[in-house]
Amino acid sequence: MFHFAGASCNNCDIEILDCLTPRYDVERFGMVLVGSVRHADVLLVTGSINQKCRSRLLEVYRQAPKPVVVVAIGACGCTGGIFAEGNTFAGPVDKIIPVDLYIPGCPPKPEAMLAGIVKFLNK
Amino acid sequence: MLKDIFYFLIFPGLLFAFVGGGFLSWFDRKITARLQFRVGPPLLQPLYDFIKLLGKETIMPMDAAKTLFFLAPVFAVAGAVLSCVLILLPAFGMTAGFRADIIVVFYLLMIPSLSYILGAIASGNPLASLGASREMKLIIGYELSLLLVVAAVILKAGNSISIYEIIYVQQQQGAFIGSISGVLLFITAMMCVQAKLAFVPFDIADAETEIAGGIFLECSGIILAMVKLAKYIMLLALPAFVVVILLGGFRLEGIHILWSVLKLLGVVLLITLVRNTNPRLTVGQSMRFFFIWMNLIAIVAIVLTYFGL
Repeated sequence: MFHFAGASCNNCDIEILDCLTPRYDVERFGMVLVGSVRHADVLLVTGSINQKCRSRLLEVYRQAPKPVVVVAIGACGCTGGIFAEGNTFAGPVDKIIPVDLYIPGCPPKPEAMLAGIVKFLNK
Repeated sequence: MLKDIFYFLIFPGLLFAFVGGGFLSWFDRKITARLQFRVGPPLLQPLYDFIKLLGKETIMPMDAAKTLFFLAPVFAVAGAVLSCVLILLPAFGMTAGFRADIIVVFYLLMIPSLSYILGAIASGNPLASLGASREMKLIIGYELSLLLVVAAVILKAGNSISIYEIIYVQQQQGAFIGSISGVLLFITAMMCVQAKLAFVPFDIADAETEIAGGIFLECSGIILAMVKLAKYIMLLALPAFVVVILLGGFRLEGIHILWSVLKLLGVVLLITLVRNTNPRLTVGQSMRFFFIWMNLIAIVAIVLTYFGL
């Protein structure tokens, strides 16, 4: 998993960190957080993507070895949330890069993220 | 000839080392998870990781020296497998066919680290070359301590430089760890193994939070799979080396099989415990640690050995 935070309010990011804690333990499913996007199979995108983040998100996606699973986390990543009308908003994540998995919520609970990932793995 | 290829590729070479090292890697991750009150990964996770990486795209960085970048992990795997074979053959009671194999093993164990450095420099990434320079400093630090340990072991075994004879001496007179100098040597050897495996107090070269993966930053796909394979094999080879030179080696008859496996797992468990209870040292701290403290302990152990303690 590689974590790309757009213009996020950090709430989704903190909930992602919750998934790594003993209580939720995402390593049960063999997932660990990696430091470089080259090692990643999953790209987590949180927060609304504005004009500044857009090119960076595209670059990070281009640098990731394919096949890579893109997960849009939180209302901002999925639809734009309350920023959808903003004038710096560059579109929800799936307008910029292909998204495989949407986890809505503001922020989504760690249970919801794990449930989404497990459903995706079993698909 | 055919026998040598069998030794290298099947047992105790590539295939056996992959299975054994993969299991030890799972063991390490599971113990880490249990220490943090987590559940931990399933048993086949290292295998899944490896197969998954084989199927992924391999990205060549634009600035990389492509041939070297691609070949360096292959060298690492070759060096790791060779050292594993030369350690495990005498440990399983077969002679390697030539004397002085402990010297050869000592140098072969260095090849993976050197190949990582070459690969990191070839990748053309500034953070990776930072990692490479840190790894180089770490090698300069621990290599002398490990050499002193090997020298002390040779002295203890009555100036014998063949691993087979070192194990034989230990099985006749009891393992070397049963003396004061043996305990000191064991401590030094464990710290060197920790640094060689790049586990936490000494993971300065691939520190994820500082330099984003360091020497392995640009590795992806097959290249990362090869790096992982070399790491699995080293996780078998290095603890086996410690067991062979200090803990009396393995014995493959009756109840001794259980003891042999327990010795190996115990060494890996110690490594995991040290890894989980220590913060990362800086470059200077780890150099000082090896240059002053570990060398001092090893030299004291050599002197004690000389007086038969």
